[in-house]
Amino acid sequence: MEILVCARRVPDTSENEIELNSAGNDIERDELVYSINEPDNYAVEEALQIAGKAGGQVTVVTVGGEDDEEILRREMAMGANQGVLISDDAFQGSDGKGIATILKAFVQKGKYDLILTGVQAEDGGAQVGGMLAAMLDYPFAALVNSIEVLDGKKLKIGREIAGGNREMNEIDLPCVLSIQTGINEPRYVGMRGIRAVASVPIPTHGASDLGVDPRAVGESAAKVKRVDYFVPTLGKGAEMLRGSREENVDKVLELVAAKGGLK
Amino acid sequence: MARIFAYIAHKGGAPDDTAAELIAAAKKIDPSASPTAIALGWGAELDAVCATLRASHTEVWKIAHETFAYPNAELIRKALVKVLPAGAIVLVPHEHFGIDLAPGLSIKLNAAFVSDVVAIEGVEGSGLKVVRQEFGGQVSAHVRCDVLLGAVVTVRPGAFKPLESAAANGTVVDKSADVGALAAGRRYLETVIAEAGDVDITKFNVLVSIGRGIQEKDNVAIAQELADALGAAVSCSRPVVDAKWLEKSRQVGSSGKTVKPKVYLACGISGSFQHLAGIKGSPFLIAINKNAKAPIFQVADVGIVDDILEFLPELTNKVRELRSVAAK
Amino acid sequence: MLEGIHSDARLASWLVQGHALFLFLHLLGVICFAYIVSQRLVPLLRAERDPRFDRPLARLGKVFKFWLGQWKHPRYKTAGTVHLLIFAGFILLAMRAFTVLIVGVSPNFVMPGLSGEAGHVYEVATDYAATVVFLCMVFAIVRRTVFKPARYEVPAKFGKAHKADAIFLLSLIAILMVADSLFEAAKAAAQTPPGHVAFAAVLSLPWLLKVSLVSVSLPTLGGLCFAGYLVHEIVFYFLLCYRPFGIQFHVETSLFNVYFSKLDRGTLKPVKWGVSDEHLDRVKSFGVKTFEDFTWKHMLDFYSCADCGRCSDNCPANAVGRPLSPRFITIKARDYAFQHNPMFGRWKNGTPLIGSIYSDDEIWSCTTCGACEEECPLLVEYIDKIVDLRRGMVDEGLVPQSMQKPLKALNSRGNPYGKMEKKKADWANATDFQQICQVKTLDKKNGADTLYFVDSITSFDDRMQSIGRATAKILDHVGENFGILGAAEKDSGHDVRRFGEETLFMALRDHNTDAIKASGVTRIVTADPHAYNALKHDYKDVPPVEHISQVIAREVKSGKIEFRPVDDGAAVYTYHDPCYLGRHNQVYDDPRDVLDAIPGLKRVEMTRSRDRSFCCGGGGLMLFYEPKEEQRIGVKRVQMAAEAGANVIVTACPFCMVNIEDAIKVAGFEGKMTAIDLTELVDQQIARESTAVTKEAAEVPQEYVTGR
Repeated sequence: MEILVCARRVPDTSENEIELNSAGNDIERDELVYSINEPDNYAVEEALQIAGKAGGQVTVVTVGGEDDEEILRREMAMGANQGVLISDDAFQGSDGKGIATILKAFVQKGKYDLILTGVQAEDGGAQVGGMLAAMLDYPFAALVNSIEVLDGKKLKIGREIAGGNREMNEIDLPCVLSIQTGINEPRYVGMRGIRAVASVPIPTHGASDLGVDPRAVGESAAKVKRVDYFVPTLGKGAEMLRGSREENVDKVLELVAAKGGLK
Repeated sequence: MARIFAYIAHKGGAPDDTAAELIAAAKKIDPSASPTAIALGWGAELDAVCATLRASHTEVWKIAHETFAYPNAELIRKALVKVLPAGAIVLVPHEHFGIDLAPGLSIKLNAAFVSDVVAIEGVEGSGLKVVRQEFGGQVSAHVRCDVLLGAVVTVRPGAFKPLESAAANGTVVDKSADVGALAAGRRYLETVIAEAGDVDITKFNVLVSIGRGIQEKDNVAIAQELADALGAAVSCSRPVVDAKWLEKSRQVGSSGKTVKPKVYLACGISGSFQHLAGIKGSPFLIAINKNAKAPIFQVADVGIVDDILEFLPELTNKVRELRSVAAK
Repeated sequence: MLEGIHSDARLASWLVQGHALFLFLHLLGVICFAYIVSQRLVPLLRAERDPRFDRPLARLGKVFKFWLGQWKHPRYKTAGTVHLLIFAGFILLAMRAFTVLIVGVSPNFVMPGLSGEAGHVYEVATDYAATVVFLCMVFAIVRRTVFKPARYEVPAKFGKAHKADAIFLLSLIAILMVADSLFEAAKAAAQTPPGHVAFAAVLSLPWLLKVSLVSVSLPTLGGLCFAGYLVHEIVFYFLLCYRPFGIQFHVETSLFNVYFSKLDRGTLKPVKWGVSDEHLDRVKSFGVKTFEDFTWKHMLDFYSCADCGRCSDNCPANAVGRPLSPRFITIKARDYAFQHNPMFGRWKNGTPLIGSIYSDDEIWSCTTCGACEEECPLLVEYIDKIVDLRRGMVDEGLVPQSMQKPLKALNSRGNPYGKMEKKKADWANATDFQQICQVKTLDKKNGADTLYFVDSITSFDDRMQSIGRATAKILDHVGENFGILGAAEKDSGHDVRRFGEETLFMALRDHNTDAIKASGVTRIVTADPHAYNALKHDYKDVPPVEHISQVIAREVKSGKIEFRPVDDGAAVYTYHDPCYLGRHNQVYDDPRDVLDAIPGLKRVEMTRSRDRSFCCGGGGLMLFYEPKEEQRIGVKRVQMAAEAGANVIVTACPFCMVNIEDAIKVAGFEGKMTAIDLTELVDQQIARESTAVTKEAAEVPQEYVTGR
């Protein structure tokens, strides 16, 4: 089974303090540390487990620049057979649809049975997987938290739905799945493993290699653009309620209701 | 102004709360508009939903198809593509179904897509200005979406105050026939219900979280009663798990679960950074603790210095009172 | 010398009929033994190298102390005493046994040096020795069957009990003593004219037997003598050949195991001996994954285990029901070795140990406290093996999710919390603190003699920052010219290494080493025993390092630090020895001297203190691990403090502080017991000339001081 995982390098969620920069129009990027988007890592682990059982190869692809190669190497250290970088100046500033367009061109150059993405990245878009599937006309499922290979043509998958329940579906191959965290326990990738793949060549594809029309992607084609970042004003420390117990209870109830806590 | 549609999620013959929220969202896009509700389903349940929707929407599109007895996004997407006009703006709740449906829908409609919107500022030219959050809610962003050719917009549940356009007395338009035959590469099999004791605290919007202040296992019931009254779940900090008063799956923290509720009641929790690390998305944090100097009061929105063993039961009673009043 | 025997033809005549048989048994026994031992040596010869042939004098010293001197045995009084007697008996009896064996084929044989009076004295001594050994066997059997000490029990998950085998062996040794005594007794009975005091060893076993045999006829005596001899020889050789199949092998291997034991406390075995750090990337596989990856010394350890259970009895992880029991780490490996290296047949190798004889949780459960190694009378080593097994798991990606997060953070941010480097010195730079105590960050413009190495938890944890501040104030008070590395300091990597991530550790170590060298300091002080141990043993080419307790103790003696009396008359203090300050580095007295120098401070000692201190639960990455246990280790420790009559626990390690403060609450001692770090207490009690020192000036944050 040929599996493709679309991954992305993002500022790490737990090792950064996201703050606005002094100009107030972007986040402070100077001291950010980056790593692979966590759901994408779960997707790679899942791909490795599927390939381990059903046989096959795992390819990890990312759209970006030289800096993004490090996540490809990390996933190769984890066990992925190949990492591919898609890079072109024309791709800069692409919105979700632009990325999906680029990935679609890449997919069509190969022959993949299964395409996995993480459910969402740090911008919470949760879109590339679904868009890619629609462009390819492949069946799609989001928030997948279990995969069972039925045969070379079908999978049985579980989707995470409300209340901790799981929606079981049968889906035809080739398909696109967006993977939710917790689907498995990713293996550890140590510093040693990463060093071992430090010099493995990573093929790079540009717009012409993929046959992507530059006008369809990039900043100019993007329909969704972020204007700025800002932080809504927050109070300092808790507002302490000093009333009687009964008064405090009433106030708490009021606040809970106001914040949408009463369903 | 483009026509606005609202995808109505429903269960058991009643529309989800998000239906009213989408009306509010639609009003932010076009104050004069009343979104057209689209309800897909089957049988008596669907009829009941549409009947309810008439009260709040001027137009309700009903699409009945046997395969919609259980909402399969792959099939529903195909149906929507057949009935939606070009250039429409479609609002969808951003939850497990919307995430599944919406991105692909935007491609098939050749419309723009913007997701998990928490606020809408309005339209300027062909640009819809919205607010989104990034980095787990640590920052917000103003985003402009070009809606000239239409858009699919997913809206964060709970971000918009529900608006009922009372007594709209709308019409139900049956669009079922326009859909025709439907087939998809994905077929629904069944829903596996989570084990009763197996609560996934990460799925709850409200958490009643307890720490050592609960003092003993028998007192956990106090928190559970409040959670039941609120429709919330009981979560906890590590010491409660270590003391075996709750199971590990209830733990919030860097070595437990990461939760992103809307409201977090920290009861008898001191607020160690390991615990706080598990709370993302800046929920409204109410802290109740006997110790006025507990670090939790630095990060909470509202704080009360009191004994949770006394405070929580009173809060529970008040919630129950409120519910019984509302039900009448 | 056997009385009168060398000239007694009677003995020769009794034994001559057995000549051929005895000779045959000698040959059979020796050949079998040689073959068995050679088979046992095979895996060792193929094992990983382990340089243990240096410093022979130091090694001999250990042999004298621990093997001959049985130094560790008295730690368990009953078993220790009995073993001492047995061991002394065996040593004494060794030459006698040898002589007896030869006498069967060469009746005139006398051991050189043991003729005449010396031989007579030896004779008496060994008569008593045999008696004592016999009695010890009886005692041991009774103890095993009737009193059943808990530490000998084998929990079901670890296999079957070895009681039957133990009793079998004990019985055989008893029989050996009896047979030998019978041989002697029969011989003596035959030679003794009535009334002649032929036996000096009154009330010894041979004496008792002789007394009962005086009226027996000569032919019968001859028969008994022959029987005693034959049984002795058979049992002797049987035991000799049987011992290598079980725990009794320690009789042969103990001398070597002690000789080759580790000389450098606190150090860790490198990934591969003989491969320097720069060449490690050539090594295909890190750590121990299969049995063959162990070094020969580790395999010798497995052979040498006497299954006494003292290690597990002192293991904190075992005490709280974690899957780890050190005794069975060894016994299971030994059984594996025996199974896969049969006496006849091919050597079967290559099975991964994790998932077969060990579970991953079993290996992750270890806090590396060293109590097992400290207790083992045979000096079996554990920590190196655990670390090697962890290295193997890390290499295979088998790391629990709970530890992957801090490891990832250590990689990207240099601390397990993922906090930004620029915030490393925030604890010192808070404006209100800067007014009390200026802490300079070392850089090109600011130098100092001494580096205060703060390490991650003290820098970033809100509670532990007070230890940092207290330490800084103390250094300031004694006029130390010191500074911190600030953002340039990464985690010491001490526990990264002990959790098997050697490559990440080396990166942290190299970074810190460069920063330390660049700072130009000539000595290092730290309040974190894990950092202390790392800088002392894991790092090379860094200036000498001291723990703050050593500095304080010295300055108390010099007079630079004077204390004011304690305020709280009801407080009873006890000092908890942190593993990496106490047991691993043997700093026991300095903290105690400091406490005893505080006027009015009442101090009690817990039963388990000093080198028998009970681990708090572990530090570093252990704080992130989620063990399967019945209770928290720290809770047991806090209960020990309560039993000792203390209501304040003083410790000298931030990780101990985390565990103990947590445990106080979990154990329900909130309000009845508190914990305080040595630095915080010292800072609180230092007599300062300026303003009156109130409790508020002390850096113990009130919300953490439970009950006060």
